[in-house]
Amino acid sequence: MEPFTTVSGPAAALPAANIDTDVIMPKQFLKGIDRRGLDRGAFHDLRFDETGAARPGFILNRPEWAAARFLVVGPNFGCGSSREHAVWGLLQLGIRAILGTSFAGIFADNAANNGLLLISLNEEALAAFARRAADPGGNGLTADLAAQCITACDGFEATFTITPSRKDALLRGLDAIGATLDHAAEIRAFEARHLAAQPWLA
Amino acid sequence: MAQGRTLYDKLIDAHLVRRLDDRDGPGAEVLLYIDRTVLNEYTSPQAFSGLREAGRQVWRPSAALAVVDHVNPTAPNRVAAMPDAGGARQVAYFAENCRDFGIELLDVLNPLQGIEHVVAPELGFILPGMVVAAGDSHTTTYGALGALGFGIGTSDIEHYLATQTLRYRRMRRMRVSLDGILPAGVTAKDAVMALIRLIGASGATGYAVEFAGSGIAALSVEGRMTVCNMAVECGARGVVMAPDAAVFDDLRGRPRAPKGAAWDAAVADWSRLRSDPDAVFDREVTLSAAEIEPLVTWGTSPDQAAAIGDVVPDPSAEPEGARRRDMARALAYMDLTPGTALSSVPIQRAFIGSCTNARLSDLREAATVLRGRRIAEGVRGMVVPGSSSVRRAAEAEGLDRIFREAGFEWRQSGCSLCLAMNDDVLAPGERCASSTNRNFEGRQGTGGRTHLMSPAMVAAAAVAGHLTDVRRFGREN
Repeated sequence: MEPFTTVSGPAAALPAANIDTDVIMPKQFLKGIDRRGLDRGAFHDLRFDETGAARPGFILNRPEWAAARFLVVGPNFGCGSSREHAVWGLLQLGIRAILGTSFAGIFADNAANNGLLLISLNEEALAAFARRAADPGGNGLTADLAAQCITACDGFEATFTITPSRKDALLRGLDAIGATLDHAAEIRAFEARHLAAQPWLA
Repeated sequence: MAQGRTLYDKLIDAHLVRRLDDRDGPGAEVLLYIDRTVLNEYTSPQAFSGLREAGRQVWRPSAALAVVDHVNPTAPNRVAAMPDAGGARQVAYFAENCRDFGIELLDVLNPLQGIEHVVAPELGFILPGMVVAAGDSHTTTYGALGALGFGIGTSDIEHYLATQTLRYRRMRRMRVSLDGILPAGVTAKDAVMALIRLIGASGATGYAVEFAGSGIAALSVEGRMTVCNMAVECGARGVVMAPDAAVFDDLRGRPRAPKGAAWDAAVADWSRLRSDPDAVFDREVTLSAAEIEPLVTWGTSPDQAAAIGDVVPDPSAEPEGARRRDMARALAYMDLTPGTALSSVPIQRAFIGSCTNARLSDLREAATVLRGRRIAEGVRGMVVPGSSSVRRAAEAEGLDRIFREAGFEWRQSGCSLCLAMNDDVLAPGERCASSTNRNFEGRQGTGGRTHLMSPAMVAAAAVAGHLTDVRRFGREN
């Protein structure tokens, strides 16, 4: 996956609570066997009308936010279906980091596995970034993962927490499977003990 | 003396290959051994492609079961071919992957085919004490059998297939106690919907949930599966219930369950799977079964639900601005006016199906309502059994005849209209009484409107032509 170090760009606010992965990536885009072409699917029914024309009112269709690299979202973003297509589509749309108060669990794991940075903030800090995201002249943000800091173009900033292992994996764009297979002998030894103790699991 | 442990922590500790950081408790990252997975055709293809590109093998092919369920049609006459190019490509690649990596596949023509979360327990593929992770959020279903079940994305499916493990962060623990017996006409579905309404769509985010209490013990194993299944709709990242005699009776004799002396040893082992009396949970929630009523959703999030006797709520009465805005948006999408009696809302579609509510007991409950009745003019009703085995069992006791005579379509198994990845789709503006799990915008079709409820409530709504209280149903009609 692409490493995440420092990213700058516009932020767009999507303040509704419980934006689910069906809304982020509707079912008609789930019929592939690869990860391609999902930029069109991201927020499809919000971005496009029945004829396929862009809905001018939707935030990501407005010129000041069309190149958004950040989303500032409401609570429980990414709830519902486990479909990783939601994360792939957001990345293909150009989104590299999402600011929110809380994220759904499977979505958060999927994001971490693909280099999409989720930044959890308290309500006050999030509201401050949401106000800036809504300002077409001041919606620029910079995220610095090494420093665990997010800064608006007017200098407003907040620090965020992230577990060290997740941070390290994002910074280096790690192959988690490769790292786990370094422990293959240990897994094999565990498995032998586990199946011997509970032979009905074999 | 050491603090007692929760069942969740016991299961994690029993599957811990190694710690990945120096932390303890919630948030600690561990390498977790996973006993089983179930694969489907739409979340697995990119995982197999990843293995192929890296030249990796599947660690333990016998620990995976593959089932076609999401994209297949449910028309009464089964054919192998998928009607659309995307679905056909997914099913073909799924078969190729299962063949090349040595994984057992239940394809659409297999007599055991069905929805993965119905099929895996039917086969005895899921056993108490297991940790099961699979590429579908409703993997929480397996908590009902005393296994820890949770959903994962495609990258983690690939990680699982290559290593038999996941890099896992320990959750906080929540215990949800259902105290007392559910009143007549109130089901396991209503109980879990009551929980979601109470704690909200993110109320259990970051938690593994253990369900407990006399109300859970009184539920059938199938009812418990409904509860565990839908707990993901309040964010539960893993679900478990202590297995009891009802679970052991349910498992006995299933094809993959242990036999003979191994069965006795297993039951002895499984009987110890419970939280210690002095175990401490990070959060405790109690529901009183006697106070739960049949619920229906009115909005576009599963926590936007109300008792069937209530009215559509008024956003202007909501003090908090963000919630008010979300409610107004949901009501606009659902085309509902505040103050309208929920029991007067007309429907055009009625759907009985899904991994939440399409097991034999669910079909029996719905058929009890429909016996000798006809669905209302202008309503299209569909029954999609949870598995081909459920379909045969229902036919053996004549339920298919009751559904057909009532005017319902009696269909083949699959996920179907729950998420509308196949050709079972709502038209824009159509309103559906649905025994499924998600009322999200567009979930059952772009512009479609979903009201979640129990299968018996769906049956009652189909006959009435509008949402209605199944408990008063006989008198109203």
